[in-house]
Parts: sequence; C-alpha cells; structure tokens
Amino acid sequence: MVVYADFECPYCAALELWLRELPLRVAFRHFPVRSSHPRAWPAARAAEAAGLQGRFWEMHDALFADQGRLEDPHLWERAARLGLDVARFDADRRSESVQQRIAADWKAGVRAGVGTTPTLFVDGDRLSGRPDPSILEALANRA
Amino acid sequence: MAIIAPGQPAPEFSLARADGAPFTRADLRGQRTLLVFYPFAFSPVCTDQLGVYNDLLGDFSAEGLTLYGVSCDAVASQQAFKEHLGVEIEQLSDFEPKGAACRAFGVYHPGGFPQRALVLIDADGVVEWSYEADSPGDLPGANLIFDALKAA
Repeated sequence: MVVYADFECPYCAALELWLRELPLRVAFRHFPVRSSHPRAWPAARAAEAAGLQGRFWEMHDALFADQGRLEDPHLWERAARLGLDVARFDADRRSESVQQRIAADWKAGVRAGVGTTPTLFVDGDRLSGRPDPSILEALANRA
Repeated sequence: MAIIAPGQPAPEFSLARADGAPFTRADLRGQRTLLVFYPFAFSPVCTDQLGVYNDLLGDFSAEGLTLYGVSCDAVASQQAFKEHLGVEIEQLSDFEPKGAACRAFGVYHPGGFPQRALVLIDADGVVEWSYEADSPGDLPGANLIFDALKAA
C-alpha cells in the first residue's frame, strides 16, 4: 500500500494511527502542500534527512506525534532525541538531494491524481480525504 | 443539466472579481483559461484542491494557462478563503444573480452550489475540455489538467 501524506496534515496523522494497527506494508510518499501547511516541506525534509541516518520511520512517527511543534528547534530536538548526528541532519535536510527526493514524490503524486491528503493506493484503488471507519474496514479486509 | 462540451464557445456570463469589477466572456480572449468551479469556500477538506493547484502555478503558467477559482460565495468570503489557504489563484464570485454563470456552464448543482468542475477555454473563447467530478467531495487531481493540455 502506498500513502501520500504530509506531516502537518491532521487527517494524515489520524490515518497513521490506524495504519499502525494493520498488518500492511506501507510505502510513504511525500505530498506537502505549501499553501495549506507551511511547515510540511521542512518536516518532510527532516524525515528524509533522518532517513539518511537510517531513522526515517522513527522521525516519521515523531513528526506525526506532535504536529503543533514543527519549527526548526523542534526538528533539532527530535533529531537529538533519536540519537542522530544533529549537525549532519541539519546539513542533509537543507541539501539539494533531499529536496529532489521530496519533489519527485510530489510530482509522482500529481501524476497519479492525488488531489488531497491523505491519499492511499491499495491494489490500484485510490482512497482519499478524511479517513473514516469504512476506509479502515476496507483495508482490514485486504490485510 | 450537463457541463458545457468541448468545441462549444464559452457562454455569455458575468462574474465578480475581488474589487467588484465584472469578469466576462471578453476577458477570456487572448489567454488560455481554466475555470475551477468549487462548491464552497471553507468546505471541509484538509488539503484543498486550490492549494495543490497553487503549488503547480509555475507549471501551469509554463503552459500559458491562467487559473480562476469560481464559486457562488460572496466576494468577501472568497477573499477570506483565499487568504486562509494562502493561494494566489484569483477568485471569481457567482453570487448575484446567484449561480447564473454556473448554470451557463452547466455546472450548477440543485443544492445551490457549483459542482466540482473544470473548464478549459482557449484564447478564442472556445471550450477545449471540461470535467465534472463524480461528487463534490471528489477532488480532481491536477494530472487531469496536464493531460487535457497535452491532448489539446
């Protein structure tokens, strides 16, 4: 299953809590929309930078767990808490290659018809928008 | 009432710009235009369609395309919505007489609001492509627009 999401989107955070309960393999794709969520891009960069030190999913969880705190000092704090090399994290998150990875996800999402977050692709079906129990049920049936 | 079909000239219509000035069929001349009809300002979707399109404005303008958001909301509501979303896409209001332009384009929902619909109009004022979402909650992805631009 592929999920397009952004770390500042509350519906995405709610969906993540549900997905955790299901025995599904999840591929995360960045879909940060600047206008709605000004901190979505910096948060996505933080997750990718953590990923370069092998801690993508830990940063992913830490970002969704506290969406009210996504400013730079909060990102450094998370990096330190995860035991990352913070100086390297900070250089990586501003790097061109991290930027390009996220932009590639965004472009792929646009091409795939993603119009809002979160959007899930499961077996070719697209489910999007505010998660509701029917989505959860549909996913549980496929799991 | 079906949405206006490709090949048809855009109908006569009048929408209100932010300053109250009219935006009419004459304003379509000389530019490729996409009218983005949406049901309501502040409708409850998380990441809005207009936000996604706004982040792609560079790609759209590279194709020579200008986007406008159209709803039956009052100008003041549209401007508040635009500010809330932080988008640059110009908003056009179909408030009075309510829904007249939406009816002319065939996108007026019996519930009193525009369907979620897209109408692509060429520089001569002729419809190149139109699309109506299956339901107002279904947000048309920008891929549809890029495909339409390529096909035309």
